[in-house]
Amino acid sequence: MPTSASAPASAFVDATASDSALRRFLHGLPGVDAVGLEARAAALGTRSIKTTAKAYAIDLAISMIDLTTLEGADTPGKVRALCAKGAHPDPTDRTTPTVAAICVYPDMAATAKEALAGTGIKVASVATAFPAGRAALPVKLADVRDAVEAGADEIDMVIDRGAFLAGHYLKVYEEIVAVKAECGDKARLKVIFETGELSTYDNIRRASWIGMMAGADFIKTSTGKVAVNATPANTLLMLEAVRDYRAQTGIQIGVKPAGGIRSTKDALKFLVLVNETVGADWLDNHWFRFGASSLLNDLLMQRQKLSTGRYSGPDYVTVD
Amino acid sequence: MSETTDVKRLSVFKTYKLYVGGKFPRSESGRVYEVSDSKGNWLANAPLASRKDARDAVVAARKAFGGWSGATAYNRGQILYRIAEMLEGRREQFVREVGEAEGLSKSKAAAVVDAAIDRWVWYAGWTDKVAQIAGGGNPVAGPFFNLSTPEPTGVVAVVAPQDSSFLGLVSVIAPVIATGSTTVVIASESAPLPALSLGEVLATSDLPGGVINILTGKASEIAPSLAAHQDVNAIDLTGAGHGSDLARDLEIAAADNLKRVLRPSASPDWTAPQGTERLTAFLETKTVWHPTGSLGASGSAY
Amino acid sequence: MTFEYAPAPESRAVVDIAPSYGLFIDGEFTEAADGKVFKTVSPSTEEVLSEVALAGKDDVDRAVKAARKAFEKWSALPGSERAKYLFRIARIIQERSRELAVLETLDNGKPIKETRDADLPLVAAHFFYYAGWADKLDHAGYGANPRPLGVAGQVIPWNFPLLMLAWKIAPALATGNTVVLKPAETTPLSALFFADICRQAGLPRGVVNILPGYGDTGAALVNHPDVNKVAFTGSTAVGKAIARSVAGTDKKVTLELGGKGANIVFDDAPIDQAVEGIVTGIFFNQGQVCCAGSRLLVQESIQDELLDALKRRLSTLRLGDPLDKNTDIGAINSAEQLARITALAETGEAEGAERWSAPCELPSSGYWFAPTLFTNVTQAHTVARDEIFGPVLSVLSFRTPDEAVAKANNTQYGLSAGIWTEKGSRILAVANKLRAGVVWANTFNKFDPTSPFGGYKESGYGREGGRHGLEAYLDV
Repeated sequence: MPTSASAPASAFVDATASDSALRRFLHGLPGVDAVGLEARAAALGTRSIKTTAKAYAIDLAISMIDLTTLEGADTPGKVRALCAKGAHPDPTDRTTPTVAAICVYPDMAATAKEALAGTGIKVASVATAFPAGRAALPVKLADVRDAVEAGADEIDMVIDRGAFLAGHYLKVYEEIVAVKAECGDKARLKVIFETGELSTYDNIRRASWIGMMAGADFIKTSTGKVAVNATPANTLLMLEAVRDYRAQTGIQIGVKPAGGIRSTKDALKFLVLVNETVGADWLDNHWFRFGASSLLNDLLMQRQKLSTGRYSGPDYVTVD
Repeated sequence: MSETTDVKRLSVFKTYKLYVGGKFPRSESGRVYEVSDSKGNWLANAPLASRKDARDAVVAARKAFGGWSGATAYNRGQILYRIAEMLEGRREQFVREVGEAEGLSKSKAAAVVDAAIDRWVWYAGWTDKVAQIAGGGNPVAGPFFNLSTPEPTGVVAVVAPQDSSFLGLVSVIAPVIATGSTTVVIASESAPLPALSLGEVLATSDLPGGVINILTGKASEIAPSLAAHQDVNAIDLTGAGHGSDLARDLEIAAADNLKRVLRPSASPDWTAPQGTERLTAFLETKTVWHPTGSLGASGSAY
Repeated sequence: MTFEYAPAPESRAVVDIAPSYGLFIDGEFTEAADGKVFKTVSPSTEEVLSEVALAGKDDVDRAVKAARKAFEKWSALPGSERAKYLFRIARIIQERSRELAVLETLDNGKPIKETRDADLPLVAAHFFYYAGWADKLDHAGYGANPRPLGVAGQVIPWNFPLLMLAWKIAPALATGNTVVLKPAETTPLSALFFADICRQAGLPRGVVNILPGYGDTGAALVNHPDVNKVAFTGSTAVGKAIARSVAGTDKKVTLELGGKGANIVFDDAPIDQAVEGIVTGIFFNQGQVCCAGSRLLVQESIQDELLDALKRRLSTLRLGDPLDKNTDIGAINSAEQLARITALAETGEAEGAERWSAPCELPSSGYWFAPTLFTNVTQAHTVARDEIFGPVLSVLSFRTPDEAVAKANNTQYGLSAGIWTEKGSRILAVANKLRAGVVWANTFNKFDPTSPFGGYKESGYGREGGRHGLEAYLDV
């Protein structure tokens, strides 16, 4: 298995030497034609995944879920219930895989850690003043430190979109480097771009490279808190970025589409994107995740349909 | 001065020459043929162009095509209008030549010349409009900008009308060059002189050399090599005669490289107002697609 | 573990192919006068699908007579009534589109993904588009009350059987002509199903006549003295023969012929989309497309990078059962076509071009050719000049835009071209200089009924689609 990023790749020392050098590098990346990108994503969306392939893909998708609750109303009880759900997604079928991680706010990380003890499920915590990221760097770093100390295995940070859109790419880069340093070897770092706010595909490609060069372990589409979150097209674009980055550096980086993926059909489309863009190396929850909450139940109902031949219903999956 | 008063001045004859590549060569074959007026009186010797002259003319027309087709439509219109201006200045000459060539009275010849001048004006005005009537945007069912534009076909060989040596000639070559093609035209065999004089007008009308190349001689000798020429893109058979064996044979030869063929019509009326048929006959429609796409995917909701 | 897609075949049950079909003349299915028949096979399995009547000279005469007889009333119908027949046909095609897609895939060998998502939607759209013209011809720019020509003799190819039928029949009927159409000998079935659609739509007898047959049937049709209009899509060689045979007649002719389209990729191209465009350009319908981007012209500075990406992408193409919904590359249409592709590819190798084929297993029966590209190709190579009409891409390089345009235009053809660059002014400058009837910039192989299609030079003359497509069927 290829190694994960541990530090900013040395290949990009020059590119990240100054704001202007970084701008030149990012603007030198190939452009993205929106219609062509979306057409490719849509074409892959027509793949017909049936029978054995569907069974495989459903289990794979379940195992890739970062089961998420990021609400102001989150309580220890809610988080513990979600952890139980992640460990035993389908109480009627113990062959069902567990999810990859439970994703919570930093103040719930300790609760999740305790609830997940012994399950192998990771605790992912959002941080850096999620979701807007509008706080001073020391505050963001404190947020990260707090989550890591509470036992988070993974940190989902947000980039400073304001800095990005103002053209201060180096600020975005340096902030990620600092957060990565704060994570140390204790937590893997997912970098959220909030693609809906970056708006253009060219921006998403540039953000992907900033994230990868700065040491992200995962690049992630969105917070789930804006109008447009993960789409097949922006995820395809990010998959192309990690593919190209590995070809250039040998370093493999994960991808996490988050928000808006609710049905099995959608999840399968994303797995097809992975399969036909970066291939089998990424078909593992170490390298690909779904940030989702309601997706799991639909996967479970489809899984029940495959094993029983009957359509299932919401009363046969749990509401947590 | 008294010694010359009773001697009639001897006029200076004109040596009629071909018009090829903006120059006035004799036929490379060295041949000429006698041209008479409608009553059989000798008028001049005209060059009897050969297949090699036709070949040279095609080379000149091809060389001129890039610049002429690349010129702005406005610029082409200015030049066509300039041709009309130059003709107007030499109106009397052409009235005489056309009268002699076609056996017309002075007033009828004048009407023909006036119509020919006005025809240049008519086509001068078309250069920058034809793209708007023959092209346009296409509302395709997808995120694409889609535009069809007429473009000149390239080098067009023209067999000019036999009977209408001037108005007919102008009526077939003006639409070809108006849209940006270049041409090699075979003038009326029996009445070639107005065509050759037109060459002199063209040479002083800012028209780049090679855009119009004028050959005189036998269509039956020259046209087959033009019809078969692989670097000629289209052929106008008007002067070959409706239903003639020559027209059929030229059309067959033209198929070798799939030239666009404008067949002779049964009874062309050169005095009637012209439509757009001759303008559009030598146009290719190019359709260009480009993605449009959305401005971006969205905004914040919190 | 890898993510293997399980077989996902489209059901054949949706289409009922009869063991035999007649000619469709004057509203009836009928045997050929001399009783001749031929078999049509599925190119992916070599299974015989049906036995089809083979039209001879007498049948052509019979069909032209029927079309002539029908012309009087059909051309006299108010345009609004003709429009409604075409709208009916469009709707019935939509209703029966799955059936027709499966049928086309069986008879042609192309993937169901393409017949379902490209051919059939375009077929219905084409009838819809021209239906609307039938009562608006006064506004088409050809003067008031433009008249139809009469009987149209139409000969279509096997690569898009039903779509080419639509391109021919829809404008012909909208303008008031009647038609005799000859489908290709390897793909007659969808045209015969279309005959049934005409019956369902209540189209008057003789307005559409379908005559399956080989080249000599087509020649008899084209040369019939009572045909007023000839429309042909196919090879340049046959197109030239038709142009010769109609010389000296009053028959109006449109020809849509071969191509050797250049797909030009500049160093500032949107590279991932360019790779997709190259793939679409040459592997759509197994490259059996007249407007295929069969010559890749890549700027030398990005050649290696682009070729790596292209080969990686080609390795993901899924070749196999055309009815499988996940198949990207189907069967070659016939043994004859496969032999031609094979021979040209061998010529490419013999002339020193470097051959690379995508790693894929070819089925044991049927006609198959792996997606292939040739590198180290120059303008002098046969594979850079001859139309291969198969999944074979020739890769050439260039250094400057001038050189790209010069190479792109250095062909007797002039049907299509592609341009890939993020620089808008370069697109416009290059598109302006290309001698090709369709230029796709940052996209490829897009079609639409509103958009005129057709070639420069030896790719033929006349345009199909859009307002321009009406001219071919009007006496103007």
